Amino acid sequence: MDNSEYILEMQNVSKTFPGVKALDNVNLNVRKGSIHALMGENGAGKSTLMKILYGIYTPDAGGVVMLDGQPFTPKSPIDAIRSGLAMVPQEISPAHNLSVADNFFLGREPTKGILLDQKQMNAETNRVLEELGIPMKVEELMSHVPVAKAQLLAIAMAVSYEAKVLIMDEPTTALTEAEVAQLYQIVRKVQAKGISIIYISHKLGEVFELSDEVSVIRDGQYIGTKKTTDITKEELIRMMVGREMNEMFQRDTVEIGETLLEVKDLSLPGKFENINFSVRKGEVFGIAGLVGAGRSEVVEAVFGYKPAESGEIRIHGRRVDITKPMDAITHGIGLVTEDRKQTGLMLNMSVTDNMIMPDLSPYINSWLISSGLASAVANDQRDQLRIKTPTVDTIIGDLSGGNQQKVLIARWLLLEPEILILDEPTKGIDVGAKAEIYKLIVELARMGKAIVIISSEMLELLALSDRIMVMAEGRESGIVNRSEATQEVILEMAAGDSAEEAIKHAEHADMKDRGLQQ
Amino acid sequence: MITATSDAVKNFNIGEILNKYGMVFILILLFASLSVKIDGFASIRTVLSILEQVSMFGIIAIGVTFAIVTAGIDLSSGAVVALASVVAASLVTGTEGYGMTIVAFGAAMLVGGICGWINGSITAYGRIPPFIATLGMMTMARGVAQLVSQGRPIDASSDAFTSIGDGTLFGLPGLVIIYIGVALVCHIVMSRTTFGRHVFAIGGNVNTAKICGVNVEVTLVKVYVLAGVLAGLAGCMLASRAYAGNPTFGNMWELDAIAATVIGGTSLAGGKGSVPMCIVGALIIGVMNKGLNMMGVDPYWQQIIKGMIIIAAVLLDAQKRKKA
Repeated sequence: MDNSEYILEMQNVSKTFPGVKALDNVNLNVRKGSIHALMGENGAGKSTLMKILYGIYTPDAGGVVMLDGQPFTPKSPIDAIRSGLAMVPQEISPAHNLSVADNFFLGREPTKGILLDQKQMNAETNRVLEELGIPMKVEELMSHVPVAKAQLLAIAMAVSYEAKVLIMDEPTTALTEAEVAQLYQIVRKVQAKGISIIYISHKLGEVFELSDEVSVIRDGQYIGTKKTTDITKEELIRMMVGREMNEMFQRDTVEIGETLLEVKDLSLPGKFENINFSVRKGEVFGIAGLVGAGRSEVVEAVFGYKPAESGEIRIHGRRVDITKPMDAITHGIGLVTEDRKQTGLMLNMSVTDNMIMPDLSPYINSWLISSGLASAVANDQRDQLRIKTPTVDTIIGDLSGGNQQKVLIARWLLLEPEILILDEPTKGIDVGAKAEIYKLIVELARMGKAIVIISSEMLELLALSDRIMVMAEGRESGIVNRSEATQEVILEMAAGDSAEEAIKHAEHADMKDRGLQQ
Repeated sequence: MITATSDAVKNFNIGEILNKYGMVFILILLFASLSVKIDGFASIRTVLSILEQVSMFGIIAIGVTFAIVTAGIDLSSGAVVALASVVAASLVTGTEGYGMTIVAFGAAMLVGGICGWINGSITAYGRIPPFIATLGMMTMARGVAQLVSQGRPIDASSDAFTSIGDGTLFGLPGLVIIYIGVALVCHIVMSRTTFGRHVFAIGGNVNTAKICGVNVEVTLVKVYVLAGVLAGLAGCMLASRAYAGNPTFGNMWELDAIAATVIGGTSLAGGKGSVPMCIVGALIIGVMNKGLNMMGVDPYWQQIIKGMIIIAAVLLDAQKRKKA
């Protein structure tokens, strides 16, 4: 291997966990100064590979890792950082009670005698942020800084550490489109400074937009590395899933029946106001909007998790009182929440327990829970939804994100709800698992369920929904039909315009385009 | 992936067994080494006396296990023991026959249950951390015990009542039989009932439990009531064994109970634990107490050694979690 060409070389790296070979002879070679995308389905082994680089896991004997021509065997994250590695994790957890500059220098604070040199900290932080074009006040408390900015700060820290390799783990998961654009700019500036970047992502668009090369791993096996310019989207998808799949999801039409769920003038001051919509049998109802528009809050209110203060909810035309989740469950509503860790999983409990928790009564045999009955049902769901887990008694924390999500969907399917609400159901999930979840959603609609889906991925929402409600700052901008809905219309409505205005503008723009072409 | 598993599964099992039953091995090792060191340690008499000692704080530990699995704690159990012993003793003193004995046991458990209900309600509805709620109860219950008894021991002179603590059945002391019965029932409740599963869910992730429709508040109140009832029962057992109720009884028992739970591998972070392992934890403490006593180790040193063992157990738990 030519040492001058690559900053990072991983050859034949394997990692065995109890019961699973997570990585099997994987190679990853990152050229100096390049952006190298790392792709793979959930559970493919991307996170394991990165944790080896970051000194959290020790690889099995036999593999070789070289950083800048030197053997690289970090014992801990600190060790890895000292050797020139930096990581921006998927979920940033800064010290919220400290300032931006304090966080920037956390663990390596400059001192004057025995006292902190706050002046230098602020000045140096400011210098790096300005250099990268990140607008941020260094004295602001971290708790006031939005997630997107916190991420940029983490990138700036890598620059200030003079990292050789920066690892970014699905950085755009929680970002709006404008924030993503800003992130791209900054990533390019970091690259221009000669730092090589390993960019882990599920999103094809990002990979083609940003990266120079892309490596794919699947089921712990190394599939290959290609120049991004030498490969098409279809080829890349095939490498990832190992089977043919239409890139854009094409959904079948489903017969739509009577109205199941009606929401009238629902308000929770400070969160959302006067929300009106209805969902019918067999309908997929999308809710769009920017992060913070109040979408999750609305469905949480419908589910009784954080009830609304005024307004009414009707099911089958009858007014119902939903003040706690149990009420919603009794009325046939299920909710897959947005944040798997915070409100979805019981991380140290088994797959079975996570699945059956909302209603244990079907598994009770003469007063006691029968683990046989429960496992049988869990195994059935595991087969139907193709959940990858060694057994249903496995602790759910050991599963990959996509498989955890499938367990959470199975949890509600077991209750056979009439109305299923899915809040960002494909967040942090790879292409293959996404397609499976899309299929499942349409299948559920076909079975006559009313589906409500919140998503920040516009294409996903457009492909799935019969109608889309768009929210802006806690208000309802309007509802558009499938035929009228385009990315432009929804973006305009998400900024606060009404449906009529947005559609009119879109038509204008369309006519202008055609006029120019002629 | 599949081809590689057969070997890995074997390793997995050995690791898993050590992980799961490590404390059982330590208990056996501890008992064996003390048996070698001390003449007469490996005798039925010693074993029964250990079991009898363990039975009372062991029952408390079972209640504490429920609280800790919900990611809570119960610091009031030692004080509830004192209060229950005083209540039971004042009811049975000078009476004859089993009627009043049954009433005394019932009253002790009722008093414990009320203390637990207050703990649970303050925790669940007042949203006060259980550490604080039960700390308050610890002081209050002992205060009430002092008040009821005027600060003096109360004679529990009733042959029927004291026969529970003194008597044996099938060669087993009465207290040990109660312990076994309570443990059996509680083990089934924890592992096989809806209530038990909800206890784990709350400790696993309280938000998720709410989303799943678990009535978190009611479940928490039940947990603390159960812990209180068990502490009340232990207090009554102690009164029956000691022929008296005493407001100074049960001093620091809550810490022995917590130690037994933690040594048994119940995670203070919640969501993980079991009654059988709690019994193993209690037995380790019991065997150690007895061994150190029989070796004539200075009681002050005994405290120091016990403290070190608790810390070692928690360190081991943290180590295990890091590996997983």
